[in-house]
Amino acid sequence: MLLKLVLKNIFRHKLRSLLTIVGLVVAILAFGLLRTVVHAWYAGADMASANRLITRNATSLVFGMPAYYRERIKSIDGVTTVAISNWTGGLYKDESFRNFFAQFAITDEYWSQYPEFIARPEELAAWRGDRRGVMVGRILADQHGFKVGDTLPIKGTIYPGNWDFVIRGIYEPKDETTVTRQMYLHWEYLNERMKQRIGRNWDIAGVFVVTIADGSRAAEISRAIDAEFRNSLAETLTETEKAFQLGFVAQTGAIVTALKIVSFVVIVIIFAVVANTMAMTARERLAEYATLKALGFSPGFVAALIVAESVLMTAIGGLIGIALSFPVAAGFKQAMGSMFPIFKVTEETVMLQVASALAVGLLAAVLPSIRAARVKIVDGLRYIG
Amino acid sequence: MNETLVSITHLSKSYRRGEQVVPVLRDITLEIPRGDFIALMGPSGSGKSTLLNLIAGIDKPDSGELLVGGQDITRLGESELADWRAANVGFIFQFYNLMPVLSAFENVELPLLLTSMGKRERRVRVETALTLVGLADRMVHYPNELSGGQQQRVAIARALISDPTLIVADEPTGDLDRKSAEEILGLMRRLNAEMGKTIIMVTHDAHAVQSARHVTHLEKGELLAA
Repeated sequence: MLLKLVLKNIFRHKLRSLLTIVGLVVAILAFGLLRTVVHAWYAGADMASANRLITRNATSLVFGMPAYYRERIKSIDGVTTVAISNWTGGLYKDESFRNFFAQFAITDEYWSQYPEFIARPEELAAWRGDRRGVMVGRILADQHGFKVGDTLPIKGTIYPGNWDFVIRGIYEPKDETTVTRQMYLHWEYLNERMKQRIGRNWDIAGVFVVTIADGSRAAEISRAIDAEFRNSLAETLTETEKAFQLGFVAQTGAIVTALKIVSFVVIVIIFAVVANTMAMTARERLAEYATLKALGFSPGFVAALIVAESVLMTAIGGLIGIALSFPVAAGFKQAMGSMFPIFKVTEETVMLQVASALAVGLLAAVLPSIRAARVKIVDGLRYIG
Repeated sequence: MNETLVSITHLSKSYRRGEQVVPVLRDITLEIPRGDFIALMGPSGSGKSTLLNLIAGIDKPDSGELLVGGQDITRLGESELADWRAANVGFIFQFYNLMPVLSAFENVELPLLLTSMGKRERRVRVETALTLVGLADRMVHYPNELSGGQQQRVAIARALISDPTLIVADEPTGDLDRKSAEEILGLMRRLNAEMGKTIIMVTHDAHAVQSARHVTHLEKGELLAA
């Protein structure tokens, strides 16, 4: 019956309770989405391998390095393979976000370095045999309806001109954490086109993807690679793939920090709303609490009634908010196109949502419950709510 | 009926209003026999409700002794006093003070939740109490579905459900029409005469006073000689 008392009390003022619960749903949902955005920001770093290093120009990522560095890096102790990867940044159809996707010109070693990309052997062989061939990821292919054999027209930006590629294969992800929204073309084809364009040797590598046999030697091998090119025209900076990815996140660090702060501000706001609701509720019912105390119920019981009501109300709003997080996140991911290849409400986010709702419920009830527990019976009985 | 249930000796109570101390009860000495039905009368501010609250253990005096059933309740702590009230006092308020979200049955059952009584036994007792007050057919009704007189009868059933020695009633007919008031007073007379409950009733109502066995008058915080 006491649970019934709590449940019925929640909906005594239907409109007020409904508005509070709607507020809770929106707040917990917004909190979850913001945390998911933050998580998505780090997704690239999360899928990085400990055995992969990235060597880039020490001055800036904007500048390339001589392609022959590849052989010198390969000769360093502990290095197993080295691939060239150039960001090509071409446009498909238009400049809209929806049609944007990452394009890299790579050398063949790349496929052995990324076992999380699963390509059919016959398709990979077809790609290797066609200089204009490209491999596209499953998510990208599904998004645009690409099929093997399709011609893919790309307008160059960093590398000017019109590029008509042919899709030779669609690679699959190893699991749901693998992003398959990229297109891979031959670095050799890019190099050939650039040589034609500028009329001399080009041979520029954007970055080198280096795999090492032992991940625990990453720091030592990174130092050895950079030492190899010290005092050269293009000094290098080598770091783990994770550190490299986090470098991109750091460039937008202020945005990520702002998102984190806003996510908690949302919770603080809803705390104020629920606390106000509970304060009004408890004030209106002072005579009832006084009656319960007169009948022999303890101040602790009266306080527990208010805490239970507050927690139950936030639980209802919180659960609806959490449940809505999944379809809304899916819709958000769809709307954002390729902005967030991995946009998934994680277990950690759900736990944070649960903890936030619980904390709001408990904290909002603190002052009203103390007041109700402390009110003198004779004063409470006189109170007209 | 000669045994004393409530023994009050030199009881005083004052309230603080800002810097000012307002005496409400001055040096009250009174004995109420077990099984009595006493009416406390007096003008507004005479201290009759305060005296009732002190006897019921929901307020504390500044000085004096207050024995109920031989126990000095002024020496009990908050928690002990709550247990004492649950076991010994039944309350009837002017505005019924029922829980609006609970049915008549559930309101009457409330005090029994503080006991170790099982669900089946509680049901039997609640049904008996509601039958006694003539509301056997209104058990599932909520307070807002009942008339004032019916709500007060639910409150009376709640007051007697834990079989208390003492029933305190603060203006029990103050919010009722004449017919309902008479029904409530009739019920209280039965509780006193047939069940032996000691009843202390605060009232302004001269008609209600006629139901009491004794009348005690207060004025400006002092007892008037009978």
